[in-house]
Amino acid sequence: MSPSPSPSLFGALFVRDLRLALRRRTEALLPIGFFVVAVALFPLGVGPEPQTLRQIAPGVIWVCALLAAMLSVSQLYGSDFADGTLEQLLLTGGSTTLMATARATAHWTLTGLPLVVAAPLFGLMFDLSPAALRILALTLLLGTPILSLLGSLGAALTLGLRSAGVLVILIVLPLAIPALIFGTGAVAAVDAGQSAGAHLSLLGALLIVTALGVPPATAAALRIAVE
Amino acid sequence: MSSQRLRLFTFAAPSRFYSLSGSLLPWLWAAAALLAALGLYIGFFVAPTDAQQGESYRIIFIHVPAAWMSMVVYLAMAGWAAIGWIFKARMASMLARALAPSGMVFTLIALATGSFWGKPAWGTWWVWDARLTSELILLFLYVGYIALVEAIDDVRRADHAGALLAIVGAVNVPVIYFSVRWWNTLHQGATITMSAAPKMQGTMLTAMLLLTFAFWAYAFAVVFVRARAIVLEREHDAEWVRGLALPTRVAARTSS
Amino acid sequence: MNWGSAGEFFAMGGYGVYVWGSYGLTAALIGFEAWLTLRRRRRALCDALASASSEAPR
Repeated sequence: MSPSPSPSLFGALFVRDLRLALRRRTEALLPIGFFVVAVALFPLGVGPEPQTLRQIAPGVIWVCALLAAMLSVSQLYGSDFADGTLEQLLLTGGSTTLMATARATAHWTLTGLPLVVAAPLFGLMFDLSPAALRILALTLLLGTPILSLLGSLGAALTLGLRSAGVLVILIVLPLAIPALIFGTGAVAAVDAGQSAGAHLSLLGALLIVTALGVPPATAAALRIAVE
Repeated sequence: MSSQRLRLFTFAAPSRFYSLSGSLLPWLWAAAALLAALGLYIGFFVAPTDAQQGESYRIIFIHVPAAWMSMVVYLAMAGWAAIGWIFKARMASMLARALAPSGMVFTLIALATGSFWGKPAWGTWWVWDARLTSELILLFLYVGYIALVEAIDDVRRADHAGALLAIVGAVNVPVIYFSVRWWNTLHQGATITMSAAPKMQGTMLTAMLLLTFAFWAYAFAVVFVRARAIVLEREHDAEWVRGLALPTRVAARTSS
Repeated sequence: MNWGSAGEFFAMGGYGVYVWGSYGLTAALIGFEAWLTLRRRRRALCDALASASSEAPR
């Protein structure tokens, strides 16, 4: 059997991941559930004063999105690693980088995209202005793929380890800090009546660099874990 | 040419590293102690009081060297780990593992002394200044690396995975630093920077440089000791290790 | 010489707590690290020695 040509390898893995996740719908929704609960904790912890909530909103939503993304990322490769499918996939000779990209994209579709849709609703809970909400959604749209990509690298590094869940968070969070800063900075800028252009450009640039640089690293990490 | 090949090749063998480092260690410890003594003497008894910060500035004699070391050690760690991974050089990987805890200790010292230095100036034990915050993130990078390599049982996998993480971290450090500085300046009204280092008089600079070299010597010493421990732990089956046992048992040296 | 008396030296112009706190903490961390590392090496040598002698032909 000749290895599948690249586009359909990506497509095949992507569709497979979605199909597997949709079979266990509740598990797929857990990160979103976590996000909802975590975000709701902050007003409870900080107090309902609208001024305060408006100020902390972008940060809170971004951090919770980050944590929610990291929660589900270990499962990305976990089950395939356990039953040997991952090794088989790596042996097929197809581009491991492409496989890593497909996985990260699937993760983003399942965890990141719903967050992009859901987040502005929480923006309303925190009394953000419409302009700020728009920017928030945009920063999440640019930022959640970064989180999924970084998360997939973390998952590949911690493949099969007992404490993979916490370890991934520990490893990935420092790397995600620039995205966090630019993402929340954009919303804060709009809130203050300034332009978010610079922040968004930086975030966009970060996304491009991450999308180009992280999948090969993830591929290398997978090979390290499996060999 | 052949001497270069000899140098690379012989260093690569754990046994050679073990004996080489063993002979260097007494000198390294001595150098560290001497340089520190000299640096501290000049720092406390020769360098004058600072006009703005009074005597509290004397903390920089350890804060700045520690911060430098924390960054240099991270780069060295990433470098050796990369060499170990790419060239499958076991000794290089062992060096990387030996460097990590020391780097973390330097980072902790930098953070703690930075905190002590900032308190009289700012009234709080912590300031979210760009440099201190970046140092904190460097601590997280160290913790992440150590946590990862300690969590993986298979030594080779641990070494290589750590190498990848260290490289990714090293590449990210400029990005992180830039973003933290960005973050520090854009929040209205809060342009918090640590009091700039005092205009360094000659003697102050001398003291700081001496202590920097002292930290270097100490770092080499302690990293060598740790690397020797790792070599023994991993190579305990080897012939040359059995040869070690008796002499060292008899001559219990503190240089270890 | 900067200091008139030992008292002045320890007081550090009022910043004594901060200066000596920093130096003390640094010394403690470095001492602890050095001690732990030396202990680790000694232990590794003992373990290697033990496994070597247990396998050595009698």
